[in-house]
Amino acid sequence: MSAISTRPKRPRFDVNGWLFVGPALALIAIFMVFPILHSLWMSFQSGLGMRLSFAGLKNIYRLFNDPLFFMALTNTFIFFLVQVPVMLTLALITAALLNNPDIKFRGVLRTAIFLPCVTSLVAYTVLFKSMFVANGLVNTVLINLGIVNVGIPWMTDPFWCRVMIIIAITWRWTGYNMIFYLAAMQNIDRSVYEAARIDGVPTWARFVSLTVPMLKPVILFTTVTSTIGTLQLFDEVSTITGGGSAGGAAGPGNSALTLSLYIYNLTFKFAPNLGYAATVSYVIVVLVAVLSFLQFYAARERKA
Amino acid sequence: MISYGLKQRIASVVVYIFLAIMAFLSVFPFLWMLIGATNTTSDIIKGKMSFGEALVVNATAFFSQVNAPLIFWNSAKITIIATVLTLLVSSLAGYGFEVFSSRFREKLYTLMLLTLMIPFAALMIPLFMLMGQFHLINTHLAVVLPTVASAFIIFYFRQSTKAFPHELRDAARVDGLKEWQIFFLIYMPVMRSTYAAAFIIVFMTAWNSYLWPLIVLQSNDTKTITLVISSLGSAYYPDYGVVMIGTVLATIPTLFVFFAMQRQFVEGMLGSVK
Repeated sequence: MSAISTRPKRPRFDVNGWLFVGPALALIAIFMVFPILHSLWMSFQSGLGMRLSFAGLKNIYRLFNDPLFFMALTNTFIFFLVQVPVMLTLALITAALLNNPDIKFRGVLRTAIFLPCVTSLVAYTVLFKSMFVANGLVNTVLINLGIVNVGIPWMTDPFWCRVMIIIAITWRWTGYNMIFYLAAMQNIDRSVYEAARIDGVPTWARFVSLTVPMLKPVILFTTVTSTIGTLQLFDEVSTITGGGSAGGAAGPGNSALTLSLYIYNLTFKFAPNLGYAATVSYVIVVLVAVLSFLQFYAARERKA
Repeated sequence: MISYGLKQRIASVVVYIFLAIMAFLSVFPFLWMLIGATNTTSDIIKGKMSFGEALVVNATAFFSQVNAPLIFWNSAKITIIATVLTLLVSSLAGYGFEVFSSRFREKLYTLMLLTLMIPFAALMIPLFMLMGQFHLINTHLAVVLPTVASAFIIFYFRQSTKAFPHELRDAARVDGLKEWQIFFLIYMPVMRSTYAAAFIIVFMTAWNSYLWPLIVLQSNDTKTITLVISSLGSAYYPDYGVVMIGTVLATIPTLFVFFAMQRQFVEGMLGSVK
């Protein structure tokens, strides 16, 4: 906080400051702020292609009577509610274990678990698709291990299709989140642990009552970014299911149709209705805002 | 009653097994990809787990279906331009937000961070129309421009700048250096590991990006390797042998960058989460 007190009390106009932040702010204004406002305006318009006219709340009415929209909303929520907690818990546990300096091959293990992050979403989903085909590797292994008798219908059953997508996303992002936790854990003063250890606090209790509370800001950060990521899910479902090309389903029974994929289809695949697509996209904006607010709120409450 | 020592030993065995499984599952698809590139599609679908003899056949088929040098060049061009511009523009802003003062600084910074919450799906239609008005559809500039000012990278640089020794800056000012000289001659070299970590993130994001390039790059001669792999893999009966060659080629650059800069990456991350 000492840095603030040394600054001039009444900041004068700072040419250098504006030159440094100016380019970034200009680009954000052109490519983020203007489009999001334009999108809001479009969500009150209707019509095919570029021939839009003002339609009032017609798009919102359509939204509430659109079974495909509710399918996409449900799927997005399933992915969010199952995948984010599973992944973050896994990442946190792995980070805690790898933070222990007594663990051998720490560097190798850390690199291995981080490795999935370097692949493109498209490349790894193609790989997963090839592993999860009907008579493919995963089913062969499961049958040989005696876990199942008959191969799991990953590609043709709505439930298992979702499970496969959740496995895929978890594979891709767990290591990424682990790195944030590891980085934060390295900054925790070791003497706190030593004191607790000498006081006879068991390992798991040290984890729950010391590590987790101290990591709260980072946990909040990863929760918010993962929420945003999951609500925007597109690449994986698009590659795995072929994206529901013109009228076709995205996955069995549209089980993989997400909001982003639906917006893409409304814009570029079905008879394009940009106004309605903009309305659906605002559903994601509102969801992200509400969920992020709830997460910030929850994090603040527990601190008090 | 199990003795304390035995309990410790069991616990450590469980820990190692857990970590080994995590590591194996993380690395396995890479192995699968390499093995797959040497097998025929029917062997891949059957789940054959040993190297085969189809590498040359697959590679020949890949290079005859795909103009590999062109799409590689497209991806490389987009990635290099995006990485250089993003690191420059976003680090300037991150440094500026931390070091310079203005009445509106914190308000603008908060507003900028709020843009992190705008999902891309809500931007893609108006962005596409904007690019149409700029006559940039089908150009690589259209792919790069919306990513250059990254709120996330600006946030990261502002956080890291807190660790920059400000005495250096003050000494340079006393010596009469201009602000831009301080940035390029002192800040940039001192913050190497911060730049390295950001470099990895930006490089991978640009190289792997899919949805936005899919929208703006519509002709075959502008497409990137990610787009080409997805179209190869989305056929009803994809030739997985060919697809695997593509995924191997697409993954090599990011793997290379990661392993070349891994040490700086971890250092940079540690610096930013303080």
